[in-house]
Amino acid sequence: MITIIDYGAGNIKSLQFALTKLNLESCVTTDKATIKSSNAIILPGVGAFKDAMDALEQLELTETLKNQANSGKPILGICLGMQLFYETSFEDGEWNGLGLLKGNVKRISSKVKVPHIGWNTVKLHKVNPITDHVNNHSYVYFVHSYAIDTYQDDTLIGSTEYGGKVPAIVQKDNVIGMQFHPEKSGETGLQLLRNFGEMIS
Amino acid sequence: MLAKRIIPCLDVDKGRVVKGKKFQNIRDVADPVELAQRYNQAGADELVFYDITASNEDRNIFLDVVEKVAAEIAIPFTVGGGIRTIVDVHSVLRSGADKVSINSAAVTNPDFIQEAAWKFGSQCIVLSIDAKKTAPEQWQVYINGGRKNTGIDAIEWAKQGEKLGAGEIVINAIDVDGEKNGYNIELTKAIAQSVNIPIVASGGAGINDHFVSVLQEGNADAALAASVFHYGEIQISELKNHLYGNGITVRRGN
Repeated sequence: MITIIDYGAGNIKSLQFALTKLNLESCVTTDKATIKSSNAIILPGVGAFKDAMDALEQLELTETLKNQANSGKPILGICLGMQLFYETSFEDGEWNGLGLLKGNVKRISSKVKVPHIGWNTVKLHKVNPITDHVNNHSYVYFVHSYAIDTYQDDTLIGSTEYGGKVPAIVQKDNVIGMQFHPEKSGETGLQLLRNFGEMIS
Repeated sequence: MLAKRIIPCLDVDKGRVVKGKKFQNIRDVADPVELAQRYNQAGADELVFYDITASNEDRNIFLDVVEKVAAEIAIPFTVGGGIRTIVDVHSVLRSGADKVSINSAAVTNPDFIQEAAWKFGSQCIVLSIDAKKTAPEQWQVYINGGRKNTGIDAIEWAKQGEKLGAGEIVINAIDVDGEKNGYNIELTKAIAQSVNIPIVASGGAGINDHFVSVLQEGNADAALAASVFHYGEIQISELKNHLYGNGITVRRGN
């Protein structure tokens, strides 16, 4: 079973519907025991970085998520959820994230319209099970104003171009991030979620 | 490269998709969930649902529709119509919508946009502007379904909307709406040049070339239309091929 962390942000229902469509059992929760006993975790999210970290703190989930990730359990961060995996965000200040991945989060270049809204292509940089059966340059749906700015090169699986190179899919061991919304990205998105499901033992 | 978006718009009344007033004889457009699936398969990039019902009871039926749509389609959709309070925004998003579109309530209470953007994030707050030409190169904002002129300059209002935290603007040109003679390029362009958030053009689509014009000359990021899609006058896949043939970046296939 996959636990979807519900810290009050965004449209979680669509994510759950997508998983159901793929016959992946999921539950929306903030309960530590449920999270610990699950096979995989999804950290969704839209909204502000600091609010999200505050909400996770209040629910006393930051340590749980770190421990679970360190134990090797597959964990997928979507949109803001992915950004929360990093060390630092410069969204209206400077805030600490979960630090599961090295790097930081910055506002998208003002040379382009912000938020980055719509379907953009993902260039695949290397072969990875998370992108099995996904064509290079497939369209996925993005909605975000902030993006990963610094990162470890070997974690980059896919990127898009928007005011510069924007990390779209990142992976380090069992930790996976997607800047776009796979649950809103048609067949391509469903395939990516299916691949995540394949990681669950 | 970021693709230009094509967005069918569905008016929903008491759980059913309804036709525009000018169209009396169409009955096959009915179930919003079925129609949403059809557009999803046809390659629509996004959908918009306008709740045109009034009573609370009907609103619950509508939220039920939103949830059913969310269960069936894997593309984003926006809900508009009668969004007046933070509770409205919350219930629509919780039912599975990705964005809410706010129109009259934003004009009467601009703080509402700010509060909603702060609470739910700019990316899900769409400011919908109904504008009508009142003088050369001047457009004013109308509310209450285009019945009341607020006297507010549409371009200034768009700029203010961006400042308040709207993540996107839908600009509906009342003068040309339903005429099928093309989008209002002048207005769309004027707004697109005034703000740094995505612009969705609405009103006036009749043929494929109208989409080309508004996405190229009008600088729109997306184009919205209703009847041409509902009545099969324009097929989304053919439209996308047409746009592609004119050098416009679009997402084709699924």
